[in-house]
Amino acid sequence: MNEQAIKDLLYKLADDQLILGHRNSEWTGFGPILEEDIAFSSMAQDKIGHSLAFYTLLQELGEAEPDTVAFTRNANQFHNSHLVELPNGEYDFSLIRHFLYDNAEIIRFEMLSQSSYEPIAKVATKLKGEVKYHVLHANTWIKNLGSSTEEAILRLQSSLNEAMPYALAMFEKSNYEQELIDAGVYAGEEAVKAEWLKRIQAVIEKTDLKLPDLTTIEPKFGGRYGEHTEHLQPLLDEMAEVFKIDPTAEW
Amino acid sequence: MLTKENILTLLEEVKDPEIPVLSLVDLGVITGVEVSKDDHVTVNMTPTFAGCPAMDYMKKDVERTLEKHGITNYKVNMTFDKPWDSNKLSEKGRKQLKEFGLAPPPKYDLILDLDILEHVKCPYCDSDNTDMRTPFGPTLCRSMHYCNNCKQMFEQFKPL
Repeated sequence: MNEQAIKDLLYKLADDQLILGHRNSEWTGFGPILEEDIAFSSMAQDKIGHSLAFYTLLQELGEAEPDTVAFTRNANQFHNSHLVELPNGEYDFSLIRHFLYDNAEIIRFEMLSQSSYEPIAKVATKLKGEVKYHVLHANTWIKNLGSSTEEAILRLQSSLNEAMPYALAMFEKSNYEQELIDAGVYAGEEAVKAEWLKRIQAVIEKTDLKLPDLTTIEPKFGGRYGEHTEHLQPLLDEMAEVFKIDPTAEW
Repeated sequence: MLTKENILTLLEEVKDPEIPVLSLVDLGVITGVEVSKDDHVTVNMTPTFAGCPAMDYMKKDVERTLEKHGITNYKVNMTFDKPWDSNKLSEKGRKQLKEFGLAPPPKYDLILDLDILEHVKCPYCDSDNTDMRTPFGPTLCRSMHYCNNCKQMFEQFKPL
């Protein structure tokens, strides 16, 4: 198996989890209700733990150690999708992003748990169980709020429309796409996307929300290749602030 | 001569830092112990949740305990080879959780649905008349519930 292809996949998975984990942590102390404050904080902790598991696999393939990889790269070296780096916005935007992202992530982990590349299969088997709670949380709130008051429905619809071009770009293919599929590492981005559409549609149908017409939307590609929005570098600077004071510190 | 059983008995001393009645063996995070012919001890551990901040602490605690008993030739690995799920909690561990005031996770077929999360038996009064308030509690491994019978909030060790 081409090691570069595996590394590319691992960076994509790890960086998405790290960046969204950091965004989720920004709700700590600011959640609209206490339970949501705790929920986003817990999911932040999970996701950062997940990124550590993937960065550890990268270290085993010869990359730098997880803290170095997480805290010393610049935006153009990150492979996360734009969706996860966007600012939290209002709660409705964070909730919609969480719904769109986690429903995709669990499919990825389910597929990767069958991967021919055993180290990824083991980690994905573990993580898919944890992400179930994230998906359950997102789907429950979308169902509740998406069929509640006019204001809630309008806000969620507007956030859904805004997030969709970024969400579609989660499935941007890597240069190694066919190679990974042929080697049985996973079924590929098209397969993840098709299953994702089915699952989010099933939830949205139970609400007053409408899925935007996806054929007219241009996905905001680039994230998987290191091209990012203006929001990523400031986030990385803040995330690494303590680490960079003394990178050799023992904790 | 050391045996696997000796080591597992020693490791009964190592408790979950957040739930001091529960040993790591009963929690199910010790996934394997091997003793080689020349008395080299290998202990494999796996985290309950990948982001559990206590795992490093638990690993060091295992190492300290081995050393306390004069075992210096050892290696403790953290691995996902046998990933943790809540069915790995021993019967003794479940009983200890309940006595500590935490509802133990039900044994289940590892397909998580809302029913499993919503119908949790209250650890204080054994009533099933409870509601889940949030699957996210004070630590990653706990969810929060309310008992409509004895009117108390309680926590559950989450099924995973």
